[in-house]
Amino acid sequence: MKTTSLKTMICTAAMLTLGAGAAAGQTDEKLVINGETEIITEAPAPAHLEGALDTIYSGWEFRSPTTRAVQMDDFDNPGMIFVDKARQVWNTVDGTEGKSCASCHDDPADSMKGVRAVYPKWNEDAQEVRTLEMQINDCRTDRMGAEAWGYTDTGMTSMVALISLQSRGMPVDVAIDGPAQSTWEKGKELYYTRTGQLELSCANCHEDHYGDMIRADHLSQGQINGFPVYRLKNAKLNAVHSRFKGCVRDTRAETYKPGSPEFVALELYVASRGNGLDVEAPSVRN
Amino acid sequence: MNRAIMSAVCVAASVGAASAAEVVAPKDVQYGEYGAVEQSLTGQAGDSAAGRKVMGTKSLGNCVACHVISEMDDVAFQGEIGPPLDGAGDRWSEAELRGIVADAKKTFPESMMPSFYKTTGYIRPGKGFTGKAAEEPLPPLLTAQQIEDVVAYLMTLKYE
Ligand code: HEC
Ligand code: HEC
Repeated sequence: MKTTSLKTMICTAAMLTLGAGAAAGQTDEKLVINGETEIITEAPAPAHLEGALDTIYSGWEFRSPTTRAVQMDDFDNPGMIFVDKARQVWNTVDGTEGKSCASCHDDPADSMKGVRAVYPKWNEDAQEVRTLEMQINDCRTDRMGAEAWGYTDTGMTSMVALISLQSRGMPVDVAIDGPAQSTWEKGKELYYTRTGQLELSCANCHEDHYGDMIRADHLSQGQINGFPVYRLKNAKLNAVHSRFKGCVRDTRAETYKPGSPEFVALELYVASRGNGLDVEAPSVRN
Repeated sequence: MNRAIMSAVCVAASVGAASAAEVVAPKDVQYGEYGAVEQSLTGQAGDSAAGRKVMGTKSLGNCVACHVISEMDDVAFQGEIGPPLDGAGDRWSEAELRGIVADAKKTFPESMMPSFYKTTGYIRPGKGFTGKAAEEPLPPLLTAQQIEDVVAYLMTLKYE
């Protein structure tokens, strides 16, 4: 109640000062990549968020006009350099079985289309929810006889970006029911738990205060439809779990490890909060 | 010679001990029904200039992460998570402000504002911003004197 009225006040104030005009949206600008791929950055919230959020926004909407512009052209987007490197790795044989990714999956443009949009996803054989990183490492160790990559190594994150790119412009649509449900519930609990000496939950910042400034940072909804993200701040491609780790650390808490069951559950939950937003990868943020 | 140094040290130590004894430990702070704290945490008057510094400094109180304070216009990037603190000294008594700064959740249940004088009862407490685990009791975010200093500064925030 209090939060809602505060939010309305702030929205009104923002409209007055910026003269934004349109009642909805954080920006009037539309995200169109290379002048052709239209990306949905604002959508009605999925049903499971009823009472929490009405509208969901990509983090792109909260960035400055300059940062937003970098993502509109793949020649300007430094994230694409990592994608190009991953494209070479895709075709490179590695491991005892003498195979590359291409040996089994041919052209990623065909075989990987739509994959990012539904991950994390329940894996029936393994009886677990898997992230893209887990699936990639499973292919490497089991099918290629190659070594697993570190969960947030640049090579891994670059490969995730190459695969994610093939779903660009497709709406995120992760399943939260059936066998994935208990993992999703666990992730939801983590999202609302106030951790660390600052006792802050993800929801404190990204649900109750998106659109507000916290010191110099303009808070977004903390959506992950744009991941992997190229950050101007650290000049590299960043994995979802690296971002989670940073945000948890900032509450003065003991973090979870990238790839841990907790972060996998949290990823499924956070991804589901973005059901309806388009995959943007690789996106650009500050 | 030696004895002189010795006694000087002893005097210093006992002075330190005497004032330390007057400091109210985080677990001993008495909050009223609505979260106010009547008793000074140190028995020493707060220094408002020092409090101003604590509030505007990232590694200390970093209150400006969430609050706008017009009087502190030398501090860039003030946040808008909590209400502006202009006029706080008119709206609240000293005891109420002490309670809010020491543990805001006693005044505003569920508040997002961190508890600055609390050492236990955390979920996954970490060692500062390292992401590593820490054992409770943690050092409080601000010392008793820093809280008194901040309260002294807040009391100066009055509308003309
Ligand atoms: C103290 C405030 C705070 C808390 C608590 C917090 N975050 Fe963040 N988060 C930020 C800030 C600031 C940014 C950078 C600006 C932005 O995108 O919101 C950010 C960015 C993100 C992003 C990147 C969004 C993008 O589009 O690039 C994700 C994802 C995210 N947070 C998820 C989480 C999750 C999950 C949690 C809980 C485990 C969490 N955050 C807790 C402050 C916070
Ligand atoms: C992470 C955010 C955050 C930080 C950091 C923070 N506050 Fe707050 N503060 C709030 C919020 C939110 C409220 C509103 C109370 C509520 O929760 O309803 C508040 C309320 C207050 C109030 C009462 C405001 C009024 O005038 O009605 C005072 C005084 C105050 N804070 C002082 C401080 C001081 C001093 C510090 C630093 C030592 C500080 N705050 C740090 C979030 C914060």
